[in-house]
Amino acid sequence: MSSIGTGYDLSVTTFSPDGRVFQIEYAAKAVDNSGTVIGIKCKDGIVMGVEKLIASKMMLPGSNRRIHSVHRHSGMAVAGLAADGRQIVARAKSEATNYQSVYGEPIPVKELAERVASYVHLCTLYWWLRPFGCGIILGGYDRDGPQLYMVEPSGISNRYFGAAIGKGKQAAKTEIEKLKLSEMTCREGVIAVAKIIYKVHDEAKDKAFELEMSWVCDESKQQHQKVPDDLFEEAKAAARTALEEMDAD
Amino acid sequence: MQFMASKQPENSLLGPESDSQRTLYPYVTGTSVVALKYKDGILMAADMGGSYGSTLRYKSVERMKPIGKHSLLGASGEISDFQEILHYLDELILYDNMWDDGNSLGPKEVHNYLTRVMYNRRNKFNPLWNSLVLGGVKNGQKYLGTVSMIGVNFEDNHVATGFGNHLARPILRQEWHENLSFEDGVRLLEKCMRVLLYRDRSAINKLQIAKITEEGSTISQPYSLKTYWEFSAFANPAQGAVGS
Repeated sequence: MSSIGTGYDLSVTTFSPDGRVFQIEYAAKAVDNSGTVIGIKCKDGIVMGVEKLIASKMMLPGSNRRIHSVHRHSGMAVAGLAADGRQIVARAKSEATNYQSVYGEPIPVKELAERVASYVHLCTLYWWLRPFGCGIILGGYDRDGPQLYMVEPSGISNRYFGAAIGKGKQAAKTEIEKLKLSEMTCREGVIAVAKIIYKVHDEAKDKAFELEMSWVCDESKQQHQKVPDDLFEEAKAAARTALEEMDAD
Repeated sequence: MQFMASKQPENSLLGPESDSQRTLYPYVTGTSVVALKYKDGILMAADMGGSYGSTLRYKSVERMKPIGKHSLLGASGEISDFQEILHYLDELILYDNMWDDGNSLGPKEVHNYLTRVMYNRRNKFNPLWNSLVLGGVKNGQKYLGTVSMIGVNFEDNHVATGFGNHLARPILRQEWHENLSFEDGVRLLEKCMRVLLYRDRSAINKLQIAKITEEGSTISQPYSLKTYWEFSAFANPAQGAVGS
């Protein structure tokens, strides 16, 4: 659904005659051009995965983290302009520590999602600011259990069982819908996420990619952390085999 | 026209309002903390008393807390300032955790941070009224240090705060040696705490012993020491005194 909004797309404070704000839609395009990011809510926690497209063979594996911890109990995976994403993560961290300071308990995930969404929305209200070119998947575990939210560049935030943004989001969403998330544990979820990312990666268009995954679940003691190395390797191996089986058909 | 914010701790030109932010004297205080290095790490002991002047007001105050994965902090002095320090350290450890890079702050780093905080507060004439003991183990290296409310800091094989400096450290200087076993370490600490119990009026007979090793930290359940009051000097203290 791409259309050129000539004349009405120069400022984020201008509506087009058909009621669209083109600058925000262009910001969403920046997200659609980045590597796939997915998040799923399993029975006992959240798993998030990122397809990190590698720009250069000389990059050290494990650098350029795309998933950040926001507090002990929650984390954010960012798609789109990485530098914009870092700014949002910094703001989220600050909101989380401030909430903890004032109210004495870790920020509820719902509250955090609202604050992040407000901040992203803020930058769509003034002509001297530009919208953030990032989509965010926020996963956390609080008193009400594990929750998954997605925030778009427009500032909309919704709660999901499974969410995908970036290049392969359509394919990823189809794959996620096939999963029985309410019966899956996070251990199984990690394998599933790895398989999906490997599947939606387009070998023709983008050469190499690095997988990054994190979880927050009962097994991690409700702390957000990188998926432990042994499980990570297991997931990658399972994903590669699944891909080979598919190619063999 | 100057727009004044309500909190102005540094500006002494403001007069009385500026002093309302400072600690002038402590209110609820804890007494000595004693700690020593032993074979596997650090052992630390402190009683659970919070005195309100000469009244023993609170008798279940935990004056030792684990900090991150590698350290243990014990404090004497103003309890509310200790709680404030724990709040700062909480944020410090949180930010350290959020890097999620396999690295974590060790006892040496935490001790240095505390020294900076205490010294800078002292320079602003607004001290945190505590004497702190920071012990821990990281990568096999044992560390035991102390910081006072004026920012004096050092590390040693055994440290103590307050009365502990006068009553416990001489015992430790005599009897401490490298590679104490856990049982010997506890026995030594209990000997020090017993002397403090007899002689320090703000000490209570309800203490905890904390241990930190490479594996982690544990703080014991509160317990009390056996005391003997039938020493002839206690039973009849005025015997042989002039005029009795």
